[in-house]
Amino acid sequence: MKIWQFTEQAYFPAWDPAHESLRNSLPNKFLDPQVAAGLYSRYTDEWQLCDELGINIMVNEHHQTATCMTASAHVPLAILSRITKKARLLCLGHQIGNRQDPVRVAEEIAMIDCYSQGRYEMGFVRGGPFEIWPANAQPVGQTRRFGEAYRLIMKALTTHDGPFNWEGEFFHYRMVNIWPRPLQQPHPPAWFVSIGSGPGAWIAEQRGKLGTFLTGRDSKILFDVYRKRWREMGWGQAPADQLGYLAIVAVADREEEAKRRAHQIAGYIRTGAQLSMHFFNPPGYVPPQANAQAMRMSTRKDYVPAYATVVMSDGSRVHQGRATIDQLIDAHVAFVGTPDQVYEQIKAYNEFVGGCGNLLIMAQGGDLNHADTVDSLTLFSREVMPRLQALPLDAMATAA
Amino acid sequence: MDTMAPSLTRLHEHTLELIDAGSGRPIVFLHGGDGIDPRWPVLTHLAGLGRLVAPSHPGFGHSALPAHFRSVDDLAYAYLDLFEQMNLRDAVLVGVSLGGWIAAEIAVRSTARIGHLVLADAVGIRCATDETAADIADVFSLAPVDVEARAYAEPARWRRSYDDCSDDELLVMARNREALSLYGWSPYLHNPILRHWLHRIDRPTLVLWGAADRITTPDYGRAWAEGIAGAQFTLIDNAAHHPHIEQAERFAKEIARFAGLAGSATA
Repeated sequence: MKIWQFTEQAYFPAWDPAHESLRNSLPNKFLDPQVAAGLYSRYTDEWQLCDELGINIMVNEHHQTATCMTASAHVPLAILSRITKKARLLCLGHQIGNRQDPVRVAEEIAMIDCYSQGRYEMGFVRGGPFEIWPANAQPVGQTRRFGEAYRLIMKALTTHDGPFNWEGEFFHYRMVNIWPRPLQQPHPPAWFVSIGSGPGAWIAEQRGKLGTFLTGRDSKILFDVYRKRWREMGWGQAPADQLGYLAIVAVADREEEAKRRAHQIAGYIRTGAQLSMHFFNPPGYVPPQANAQAMRMSTRKDYVPAYATVVMSDGSRVHQGRATIDQLIDAHVAFVGTPDQVYEQIKAYNEFVGGCGNLLIMAQGGDLNHADTVDSLTLFSREVMPRLQALPLDAMATAA
Repeated sequence: MDTMAPSLTRLHEHTLELIDAGSGRPIVFLHGGDGIDPRWPVLTHLAGLGRLVAPSHPGFGHSALPAHFRSVDDLAYAYLDLFEQMNLRDAVLVGVSLGGWIAAEIAVRSTARIGHLVLADAVGIRCATDETAADIADVFSLAPVDVEARAYAEPARWRRSYDDCSDDELLVMARNREALSLYGWSPYLHNPILRHWLHRIDRPTLVLWGAADRITTPDYGRAWAEGIAGAQFTLIDNAAHHPHIEQAERFAKEIARFAGLAGSATA
């Protein structure tokens, strides 16, 4: 089981419940650039520590938000490509359905793969609905634009015999001929993200790696869709290394301390929805039928859509943003406690989903400070990781 | 309240939802971004003045969205085809909001089948020279309650709860919102060069405007009128962005006066 550390690089000093939105519309006067500069250094130090601890690194990006200062995933990855030695560097990912220049993305991928001596892994994501505004991307047809951008990037990465032409529905280029080319041949591994069960089959068809975030027991449904399609393609059993799961991780010598840390990290979940409602639903982001259903449900008191909930061990659903740490642990959304406890929780999750080859850990989030982050990561690497390497992965998937 | 029954017709290989009521001189009514409601009194008023032809734009209401449609250009050409298919002549072309933009795009292409043009609270042109100034309030970025406050002189009177809507009405609302984004997300509800082609409009034009409109202000309406030779500009009191809803009878009367329509007594 490969381990990857992830942080949103939050600007938590601006997390004021009085703000209607932390995303999109919060003026950046609430960001002190001196404080931001310090936080960037600190978060980078923590990623560098991961390299020393044998933990790989995952970076994502969001825009115009106090929840995440990584406005470009490739900026920290470019830095990390030179100040780390062994860690794989995962970009999960680029919102290529929103970006205007896919060829530029391909160029940057090739550059970072060379800078890192072939340690780069690329990831392509649709992006949350609220990302439509910062990108000013037409929401209608966004998934088609994503698909075209993906095909163009892959062709740019794998074409070596001169310029090619591209005249698609969304993108037009007369001479695509990127320099450099990626070090990993034919291209770095490609990841995608699935939160609902929709894209799993398509991801399998691309032989892409499927990552899913904080989905708990629902992640098994997504993995099953993927594994089923992989078998249908005639490729046998999908290797567990094709699957990844992101969870909150907090380790400490004492359970209470670990839970305290987890509560701070889970600020990410609690603030994620601090956003004016209409930014959650740009026109055309989901089909009209789904929007009509959402309108119908929106007037019902206390209605919570399924995607905002996690499944407990008794089958009930709990609102993710209001869940206690104990509930998040029960739901496999957070692995929290002493090293022994965390190992047992991850082992149980791995068994439940039938083998997951990549664990993306959110060991820093919210306002968890540097010392606690370092302690948690160090304990995890020393006390938990060695035991995880012995977990059955592919054997379980075959049984699943 | 009368209800105009829409029917489905074919335009090329696609389905178009259309209200076709009354008789006499054609009055083509092009709706705004919220679509068309067959129960609107304005439709009855207009059908009393002539032959009312009121389509749901492709992608709106129950009209199909052809896969290749992506701009107001496509709507303009589709309606030029509809004029031919129905053999409409000397039509009074009325467009509200988005429909006004479509009507202007039709008219700069050809006025051959148009007798009079009416643009009501139309979006579609760029007036401000300051790049940071928005001519049109951003209905995609404002909270719905703020959009409503800008769009109606009396928002509470016209507000409908989703609970009072059928499943089909909710689906139509969702389709309308998606189609409005398709045609108007960016550049936002306008064609940056349309103003430079307005000189091609060679038919009498009336620019009607809700005095309380804060989606597109009356000053924006005056810019439309200044751009079209000989255009009249008329304000409608106690109405904002939807004068055809808030002041339906007055709206129809202004059109009748302007285009010389006698019609029956309803207007």
